[in-house]
Amino acid sequence: MSHPEPKLSHLYQEVILEHNRSPRNFKEIPNPTHYSHGHNALCGDDYHLYFIVDAGGVIRDVGFQGAGCAISKSSASMLTGLVKGKTVREALELKNRFVEFMTSDGLSAPQKEAVGRLALFEGVREFPVRVKCATLSWHALGDALKEGDARP
Amino acid sequence: MTRGGVYDVGKIRKDFPVLSRKMNGRPLVYLDNAATAQKPACVIDTIQKFYREEYATIHRGVYSMSQEATERVDAVREICRRFLTAERTEEVLFVRGATEAINLVAAAWGRKFVGKGDEVIISAIEHHANIVPWQRVCAEKEAVLRVIPVNDRGELLLDAYRQMLSDKVKMVAVTHMSNALGTVNPIRQMARLAHGAGALFLADGAQGIAHQKVDVRDLGCDFYAFSSHKIYGPTGIGVLYGKLAHLESMDPYQTGGDMIESVTFEKTTFAKTPRKFEAGTPAIAEILGLGAALDYVGALGIERIEAYEQQLLETAIRKLSQIPGVRFIGTAAERAGLVSFLLGDIHPHDVGTVLDQEGVAVRSGHHCAQPVMNRFKVPATVRASFGLYNTVEEIDALADALGKVGKIFA
Repeated sequence: MSHPEPKLSHLYQEVILEHNRSPRNFKEIPNPTHYSHGHNALCGDDYHLYFIVDAGGVIRDVGFQGAGCAISKSSASMLTGLVKGKTVREALELKNRFVEFMTSDGLSAPQKEAVGRLALFEGVREFPVRVKCATLSWHALGDALKEGDARP
Repeated sequence: MTRGGVYDVGKIRKDFPVLSRKMNGRPLVYLDNAATAQKPACVIDTIQKFYREEYATIHRGVYSMSQEATERVDAVREICRRFLTAERTEEVLFVRGATEAINLVAAAWGRKFVGKGDEVIISAIEHHANIVPWQRVCAEKEAVLRVIPVNDRGELLLDAYRQMLSDKVKMVAVTHMSNALGTVNPIRQMARLAHGAGALFLADGAQGIAHQKVDVRDLGCDFYAFSSHKIYGPTGIGVLYGKLAHLESMDPYQTGGDMIESVTFEKTTFAKTPRKFEAGTPAIAEILGLGAALDYVGALGIERIEAYEQQLLETAIRKLSQIPGVRFIGTAAERAGLVSFLLGDIHPHDVGTVLDQEGVAVRSGHHCAQPVMNRFKVPATVRASFGLYNTVEEIDALADALGKVGKIFA
């Protein structure tokens, strides 16, 4: 039987713990152009996401507020850093790649490359009940930035 | 395990096969008994033997195996009667669990006897299963659902309760023991007050049944609901105790086979209680398993189990109090069976995941008691709940594992 610690340290990577301690863009944005509330009734993770998208479809500002576990909070924090400056379409594409990365049966090298820094959530895949913690804020992003709002 | 002898927990643990397994490479420390309890070999064997050698339906066949099965189910009804110190076996209904038991009362009693402007009283520390059925009855009947408030320790405010009672109140439905906080409510006193106002009293015994002696007549309960799986029996079966006069006054809950006296297309006359409330072929094997579980607990002695578990609880409170950052949610003077707590600002799910890797099974979440979480302004708690087979060493393992959580999230 394998020793449990490596699995845990793979889950709670230092970067994840650091984002949990000091979440980025942890703020409410008044009068957002796009907004969504991500809530997991089962475990109580609860986040509000705020976006300012300009006329050209570029995400100019993004913030989040709420409460939840270390995985959900660090994932939301990293989301804000990654999508700021991206177009809505790019952000939605990254969301799709990350959700696939977290939920696909196997994991190929291209799939890992496609999510960039988010690959450090790979350890969460070993804890199936926690996968939804990592994807919660990204699903909320998908709700806020509907495909129809994506402009070229 | 003779009555009155030494409580030999090492010997008792050998009765529970699953306790010898490992989880994530560590000896299993099972502290989620408030969710569901593990099963002794006598329960597992009873069910297996029934399916392998004795299986037949009840109440129908004229052949011997069916008659034997019928007699054994009747015998379990008597075991339940004795366990609850009820007056008559007809007062014991087999249902799927405490949830169905409460739904049965809400539907079959509530929809008949609760009217417009009437009131139903519950408490602020109920499980969703003792909230939502009453909410629905009150909404349908334009009745008012009122909630007994709770103090910061998790104790119900009895003065407020007294003031809520009036002749408008038709039912008081309160948990015997809170699954989220461990509070044991003074249900004998609360039932007496309810009766003084002309209301009936239902106790949700899902937790209480496994941790202390329940004498429904002494407690003055009109209804008492419990699930088999929390008292070391199988899932899918439970008991609703109801005073005979109430059961006779109620309409059937579900209709179908086994609950009728005669059926024509013009008219159906219903069987007498308890069969009036037991439509369809019941969970026969599970009923027998429940009987084995209650016999097991009875042989050990519920009073001895209670005394032993109180020692475990005191040990847990003492040891966890020494861990920096531990904050208990629920500190009632009268409590049993569990500790609910937070560890610093670490989310309970993160605590639960680390404990799991250490072989320690706890519940982290809102415990199907969201109003309790809202009252104490926490999204969730970690809950370690004890059963008759837990040990002081397992509480040490919990405390050690919590130390590791603290290190990871330091």
